[in-house]
Amino acid sequence: MELVYIILYAVITLAVLLGAVTYAILFERKVIGYMQLRPGPNRHGPWGMLQTVADVMKLLMKEDIIPKNADKKVFILAPIIAFVPSFAIFASISWSDNIYGADLNIGLLYFIGISSITTLGVLMGGWSSNNKYSLLGAIRGVAQVISYEIPLVLSVLGVVILVGSLNFRDIVYYQESIGMWLIIPQFLAFVVYMISAIAELNRSPFDLPEAESELVSGYHTEYSGFRFAFFMLAEYVYAYAIAALATTLFLGGWLGPAFLPGIVWFFLKMSVIVFFWFWLRATLPRARVDNLMRFGWKVLIPLALLNIVITSIIKVWMG
Amino acid sequence: MSQEVLDLVTEKVHSFLGEEVLAYEEPEPPEEPREEEEKPKRKKKEEPKPERPASLNFGQPMIILNTEHWSQALAEMLRDDEELQFDFLSCVTGVDYPEHMEVIYNLYSTVKDHYLYVKVKTSREEPAVASSEPVWKAGDYMEREIYDLMGIEFPGHKNQKRILLADDWEGHPLRKDYVTDKKALGLD
Amino acid sequence: MSIKTEEMVLNMGPQHPSTHGVFRLKLHVSGETITKAEPVMGYLHRGSEKLAEGFIYTQFIPYTDRLDYLNAMTNNYVYCAGVEKLLGWEIPERAEYLRVITMELNRIASHLVWWGTYLLDIGALSPFLYAFKDREIVLDRLNEISGARMTFNYMRVGGVKWDAPAGWIEKVQETVKQISESIEMFNTLVTGNEIFQSRTIGVGKLTKEQVIDWGLSGPIARASGVNIDLRKTEPYSIYDRFDFDVPVAEEGDAYARYKVRIAEIRESIKIVEQACSQIPAEGEIIHKKGARIMMIKPPAGEAYTRAEASKGEIGVYVVSNGKTKPYRVKLRRPSFVNVAILQDLLVGASIQDVVAIFGSLDVVLGEVDA
Repeated sequence: MELVYIILYAVITLAVLLGAVTYAILFERKVIGYMQLRPGPNRHGPWGMLQTVADVMKLLMKEDIIPKNADKKVFILAPIIAFVPSFAIFASISWSDNIYGADLNIGLLYFIGISSITTLGVLMGGWSSNNKYSLLGAIRGVAQVISYEIPLVLSVLGVVILVGSLNFRDIVYYQESIGMWLIIPQFLAFVVYMISAIAELNRSPFDLPEAESELVSGYHTEYSGFRFAFFMLAEYVYAYAIAALATTLFLGGWLGPAFLPGIVWFFLKMSVIVFFWFWLRATLPRARVDNLMRFGWKVLIPLALLNIVITSIIKVWMG
Repeated sequence: MSQEVLDLVTEKVHSFLGEEVLAYEEPEPPEEPREEEEKPKRKKKEEPKPERPASLNFGQPMIILNTEHWSQALAEMLRDDEELQFDFLSCVTGVDYPEHMEVIYNLYSTVKDHYLYVKVKTSREEPAVASSEPVWKAGDYMEREIYDLMGIEFPGHKNQKRILLADDWEGHPLRKDYVTDKKALGLD
Repeated sequence: MSIKTEEMVLNMGPQHPSTHGVFRLKLHVSGETITKAEPVMGYLHRGSEKLAEGFIYTQFIPYTDRLDYLNAMTNNYVYCAGVEKLLGWEIPERAEYLRVITMELNRIASHLVWWGTYLLDIGALSPFLYAFKDREIVLDRLNEISGARMTFNYMRVGGVKWDAPAGWIEKVQETVKQISESIEMFNTLVTGNEIFQSRTIGVGKLTKEQVIDWGLSGPIARASGVNIDLRKTEPYSIYDRFDFDVPVAEEGDAYARYKVRIAEIRESIKIVEQACSQIPAEGEIIHKKGARIMMIKPPAGEAYTRAEASKGEIGVYVVSNGKTKPYRVKLRRPSFVNVAILQDLLVGASIQDVVAIFGSLDVVLGEVDA
């Protein structure tokens, strides 16, 4: 019986996620459209509601092209390796007080561990395509993601020290008990987390691995059809996962005034974070590789370490 | 002022080459072609008047040299001489005439704010003009273009090859005797 | 055991989002650092100079539109001025003003396109659309007077083709006012941006000596401290009647070129405003013989004429043999000359810088390939 629940939960999550991603893409295009003085997609369905559906249909019906000189097995495997972990991490997210998948003791550890596998998909995709732009994109991507994973993890450690648990539900309950969201005591960590998350997700202004104006399309230059859709999906699902993590750790998860159910609060908070990323994309130019690396290693990591030290001192001082 | 520049250039070129290549003997001044164009037929005589090797062309000094007198050393002199300082190569033009070919260098001095046309004449059979590329880098692409389209050789150019047309293109389209093969180009 | 490494040759183009047309950069890269760069061009070569020899003088004007299609007015102008120089014609007063107004409007439009696309190259999406929105108003004005948005074919040997429609001058004054407000917004949005500055300051540095040696002109030269603007140093048309400054920067990097271009839009606005208030209300717009195109027969002779386009010095060398068709037309296209510097400038830069450097040169491929 338990197995049925697990499968059911996974299927529902997937379905909701696909729907969410569909409308996240529309949301992004609309938001950026309005910021750029244009209406955004508005041809398919009312308010362009079916635009992404049409796009996905097109991608699914496209011819499946594998470049002749590509490493075929790796090429096929790469999008799957990129997508599966980003989906798997949703198992540990707790949407509300009573809607959750696995109540893991090591939720945070699981999340961070599994999510780093996505990088492998990027590297495999870029390498196997046998395309110079893909390779450059993949190298950039891997260097960037690995560099920024360190400040990301270090920034989260502050929360763990305060709460004393890696369990997502415990973290939210802790915020309920102290009566404030952890963004307030852990503001520095939140800033470091948000910046690293952008780099981690390859989003503008740190979208170097797929910098269109330089590398055509980066590591997925040679991908088309549903394999490309998988990369795309992985990217957005991962974005939602990172936003969900930020919501849980810093914004009090499902906590909020009682007139709305917890899950709605959770989604609202997530959406605000996602909106923030779209906003950045519409505003900022792309950073340069060397500056990006320098910023990660010389600014974010020391800041994250500083945050750990401060948090530890406070924790000890408060007993 | 232009007349002074012309005299100065003439003097410098003469002392550089050691011979009076820009001297002009004929006393009769060339008539300015300023007649109304409505009745050109009236002027039947059209005898080819000898060109002045050093003259003012629309108010700007112009010197005409033969290709054997034009060299990189002369170009360097024009660029480096204290009083001339033609440091900016504005334009390089090639012209194909029935009897000869010409390369025209339009020079400008950013320091002295004066101009010079240097016209270099070469034969149609073996057109070659000493390259200005080692002296003014601006000559690099402009001379390559002329080589490409007119087939004038530029000895001394570091990378003389076709630039606009395909590497395996036959002929030089801007020559007057070039036959445009409309069939091959898909125009006919 | 040693690891065998080899240099990678990266072909940027002919089809690439950032080459603004069909242009190929053959880059030898070690990692992301360029060790050698070789521009390959000619994919858009249409043989304009050859075509010119087969047309009567007026017929070639539309072809000049297609050189630098973002700044076609100046191309029109320089060709017509070249022929007029041989003819020795006086241009009617009103025509001169219309020429200046349209050329400066076109320069504004051209710089706006550059501004938008350059930021797109650097990775900022929105400025592109803001710039194009404003450019569209300028193009509307040019459309109203010439009947075309980009390939105007507006000037004629001896003047211009069309007189300004009723109320056009007032509309132009309104337009430049709008543009100057937008420039303020552009500055707020981009110029001070930390990431933008880190991408452009110190990138693609050119010294004054390099600029002169390579024959670079226009905003590129002025951003390296070479104070040459043909509108000032060699006032053609009626530019000596206007009060404007020539923006010059000393740094010579991509950011300096950016600043110079933004400042140039402001100066163009100044010129347009002055021209709009000075223009005679009535008058001829073309030399009395200019309309009879078969009669345009410049006496035998040759001359080089140059003008300041938005990309740099555009020149035309016209050789006439007294017939109705030109004997030879040589076009000195600023982008073609400017692009040569890439061989030198890109060495040692990273792939990301290539885009920032190439974009900062403001190259239009229609002009490079003629």
